[in-house]
Amino acid sequence: MTIYNVEKIREDFPILGIEINLGIPLVYLDSTATAQKPASVIEAMDDYYRNSNGNIHRGVHYLAERATAMYEGARAKVAAFIGADKPKEVIFTRNATESINLVANTWGRAFLEKGDLVILTEMEHHSNLVPWQMLAEEKGLRLEFIPVTDDGDLDQAVFDQLLEQNPKLVAFVHMSNVLGTINPAKAMIAKAKRAGAITVVDGAQSVPHFAVSVKDLDVDFMAFSAHKMLGPTGVGALYGREELLDKMPPYMGGGDMIRKVSLRSFTPNELPWKFEAGTFCIAEAIGFGAAVDYLSAIGMDDIAEYEHKLVQSAMVKMKTIPGLEIMGEKAAHRGGVISFTLPGIHPHDVAQILDQNGIAVRAGHHCAMPLHDRFRIPASSRASFYLYNTEEEINHLVVSLQKVVKMFS
Amino acid sequence: MDDLYREVIIEHYKNPGYRGSLDPNDITFEDENPLCGDHIKIDLRVGEDGKVTEAAFDGHGCAISQASADLLLESIIGKDVNEIKHLTKTDVMDLLGIELGPVRLKCALLPLKILKAGVYGLGEATDDLLEDGQA
Repeated sequence: MTIYNVEKIREDFPILGIEINLGIPLVYLDSTATAQKPASVIEAMDDYYRNSNGNIHRGVHYLAERATAMYEGARAKVAAFIGADKPKEVIFTRNATESINLVANTWGRAFLEKGDLVILTEMEHHSNLVPWQMLAEEKGLRLEFIPVTDDGDLDQAVFDQLLEQNPKLVAFVHMSNVLGTINPAKAMIAKAKRAGAITVVDGAQSVPHFAVSVKDLDVDFMAFSAHKMLGPTGVGALYGREELLDKMPPYMGGGDMIRKVSLRSFTPNELPWKFEAGTFCIAEAIGFGAAVDYLSAIGMDDIAEYEHKLVQSAMVKMKTIPGLEIMGEKAAHRGGVISFTLPGIHPHDVAQILDQNGIAVRAGHHCAMPLHDRFRIPASSRASFYLYNTEEEINHLVVSLQKVVKMFS
Repeated sequence: MDDLYREVIIEHYKNPGYRGSLDPNDITFEDENPLCGDHIKIDLRVGEDGKVTEAAFDGHGCAISQASADLLLESIIGKDVNEIKHLTKTDVMDLLGIELGPVRLKCALLPLKILKAGVYGLGEATDDLLEDGQA
């Protein structure tokens, strides 16, 4: 292992050098919302438009072939990154949200029936909640939820009880975007499979931050977004096991997703293109591939270890602020997300004053309203960390939080 | 650099003059900003001459929304209810005396929307209410 050199890593990210006000450098602690991009990702997309732009899969000319090779090359990189056996098990989508909607609208529509049990959790992002609510409404499904304990973990005892009720699908978040909790996905998937359920993992926060292998997890479907893992917005992926994807009806109809079309019927294309209708976001997919290259070159285990140290240090330092409470502080395993509250100070005010000190954090319910209801708070502030954050930035955060407290005291 | 949190805003947030509720009241309305969960209820008592005699707000939210509510209610005591219908976004910005970005603007304007929805007897507080006249 080479020594983790955060200063060198920071040099790869042009935006980290900007000042947001005169003389106030940017401290970016909102990577859970979207991560910043290294120059290599920006350049890969720029290079594609300058030197390789052509439509994929159809043309036979130089540019079309080149673009196709780059696009499919990106798919192979993403597949290898998550330990998928075959690139065709990776479907490009717009983002994790679309990936989950794809499963709900194709597998769910085709194979779930009235009265079927779907198990979700209380800590889901709205993206792994609303698609199932919509399907439940349409088909008359039964939704049950694994509760979150006061510590911020999923209540495995309740999960075990729910598994005895013949669930057809279990969908849960790998790492919470609010609590930072890393759920025991492998064990949960194994239990769900024994109960005969199909499993869906929302990997939007896990895949960017530590090594995730779909083979090791033995998961059926996993959704994630490029933009949270140093890649561009507008592209994400759905991993699905080949035999499941094969049986599923197509998602959207149009060009590229067909093998043959007549006036009254069509034959769907083979995997993975069956699910990729229309001209896709080619540049973004190539950028996604470049992001995966960048992360792989540093090494996901090193990134995870570095982030773990950062977040542990941040928690200790933040707890010195009187009254500051961290949601899910005691979760068994947690990643680089700290959502917190300060007594009598609204998260919007916290975020705004931090912003005036150059610090970007998120304030609100972070697309997890039910989870905030669970902890009986309307909103929280959230600082999140990634491979490019530093101990100095945490110190700046703590000093600035002290200013916030002083202002309202 | 802490312009947004001028003393007057912090002061009205920490020690609001019009926090509470009025029961009975002549006009009451409550709503929330679903984006951030800010929730405000405004109660008014109106005299026979159509002028506001008492006002109170309750709820929770950020300093900007709470201070905006307090300043707004302070400004309408003794005013004719019909005059309230003509209050706009600009009046609230004048009361607060700060420049706000698009996100925080919603916090600042929530009390005005709720006040006007109540005065007009509408079912919901919409953005149309930030302009002058009937929504």
